[in-house]
Amino acid sequence: MTTEYFRWIEYAWKNPDMDWHKAETLVAGIDVGSVSSQGVVLADGQIYCYSNTRTGSNSPDSAKKALTMAIEGTGIRPEDIKFIVGTGYGRVNIPSANKAITEIACHARGANFMGGPTIRTVLDMGGQDLKGIHCDERGKVTQFLMNDKCAAGTGRGMEVMAELLQVPITEVGQMSLDVAEEPPSVSSTCVIFAKSEAIGLLRSGWTKNMVLAAYCSAMAHRVVGLLERIGVEKDFAITGGISKNIGVVSRILKELGGIPTVTLKPDAQIAGGVGAALFARDLYLKSKK
Amino acid sequence: MITAGIDVGAQAVKVVIVSDGKVLARNLLPTGFDPQESAQKALDGAIHQAGISRGDVKRIVATGAGRKSIAFADRNITEVTADAKGANKLMPSVRTVIDIGAEEARGISCDAEGKVIDFAKNDKCAAGAGAFVESMARALEIKVPEMIEISLKSTKDAPINATCAVFAESEVVSLIHTKIDKADIAHAVHDAIASRVASMVRRIPIDKDVALIGGVANNAAIAEAMKKHLGVDVLVPENPQFVSALGAALAAAA
Repeated sequence: MTTEYFRWIEYAWKNPDMDWHKAETLVAGIDVGSVSSQGVVLADGQIYCYSNTRTGSNSPDSAKKALTMAIEGTGIRPEDIKFIVGTGYGRVNIPSANKAITEIACHARGANFMGGPTIRTVLDMGGQDLKGIHCDERGKVTQFLMNDKCAAGTGRGMEVMAELLQVPITEVGQMSLDVAEEPPSVSSTCVIFAKSEAIGLLRSGWTKNMVLAAYCSAMAHRVVGLLERIGVEKDFAITGGISKNIGVVSRILKELGGIPTVTLKPDAQIAGGVGAALFARDLYLKSKK
Repeated sequence: MITAGIDVGAQAVKVVIVSDGKVLARNLLPTGFDPQESAQKALDGAIHQAGISRGDVKRIVATGAGRKSIAFADRNITEVTADAKGANKLMPSVRTVIDIGAEEARGISCDAEGKVIDFAKNDKCAAGAGAFVESMARALEIKVPEMIEISLKSTKDAPINATCAVFAESEVVSLIHTKIDKADIAHAVHDAIASRVASMVRRIPIDKDVALIGGVANNAAIAEAMKKHLGVDVLVPENPQFVSALGAALAAAA
């Protein structure tokens, strides 16, 4: 079997210090993205458990898998969850969701919840799109910009490069920082052209690490270009899968010149799911009044 | 006077040797990773074909994306200039030249003498270039010639929404899984690239006659789709991939 270098390990997490039985309400957010899906369960407004899974060929199954994996081993049954909000690329096709809300609103809200009210700019780096979002102190979206037309700057673009260089996707970031000096960036914007450029660089004697460094810095530059169109106000936070690529993130922060940045805990990739779950809680409590 | 034009493209090096405006030889080789070496080999091949010797070639002009890497050329001209000059020689009635190469597409508006009036180009995105077709052929698991053949037999379009070649590749794979006819997918792919190129070309005046050149002009399905998107007839010369090199060879004699 051939190795699939783009694959990362799916995982789930639950808060060991919480007992969901004591909670009055359980709600969930499910973010079905183009590449990954997350299920997040809130117990009385706190993150109780979540999962991060790979999106399959259809949204209903991917949503089901994300939620099932999040609650697995917790004793929570699907019927214990009072309200579910779906978000992400596949949000309109999640049968278990009571409502669908755009991922832009959910990412801002989730980042605000995990990183605090000082965040004004959220960069969501997804599998197939890139969004710059401005929000207020309550996590409400005030402005946004997105690119979903082109793979440059997205997770999918990074997967193509990882496959080409046969480097596991989770190691790309660290390897790209392990270079004697920063090489010039890959000059092609288009992922298809960057691929031929990378092959040329390898033939001319560049190491894999150097090619990765050149690609990560090109990606960072592209992302910063998009962000500058809406302006970058402090504090800054990054969500989405690429937020875990230290090679891209450190280069973005360097280009932004030391902007105050908040790291999202426990997991920057679940921001959309967390935001969706927070909306689910609001909607559920409102329906009870 | 005998001169040579060398067009160093992203994928292939093309050489044309002319003697007083008459083509003596044409040769094409993959660009590879050493454009200068490939250009030298392609030139040697063309010289051999023409039955002349290196000393007979009085001047050499390079063009194309890699034109500056050819140290043995006497000078270089832009591919826009070369396209217009070459197309004018073959089809004097042409006022709009569309060149689709492996990694670039250009639209050029020119006068009756083959002088450039205006141009537009895309070299940033594979969606409007030959690389897109190759990428989709890989996803369809067929060769490009077969893709063209089945595309011309298609009766309806498959829905391809993605612009980006990377995203379109995933889309094509899922269309195959949903049992959509490969012919219809191939047709949609050709239609998509033609639509992209047509909207780029619309940035310049499109006057008749319109010619399609470059390696991708050999793709009859794209030529058909270009006619549809531009709403005018599109002329395709013989050996369309050599037009730019011909323009360079003619420029060398001037």
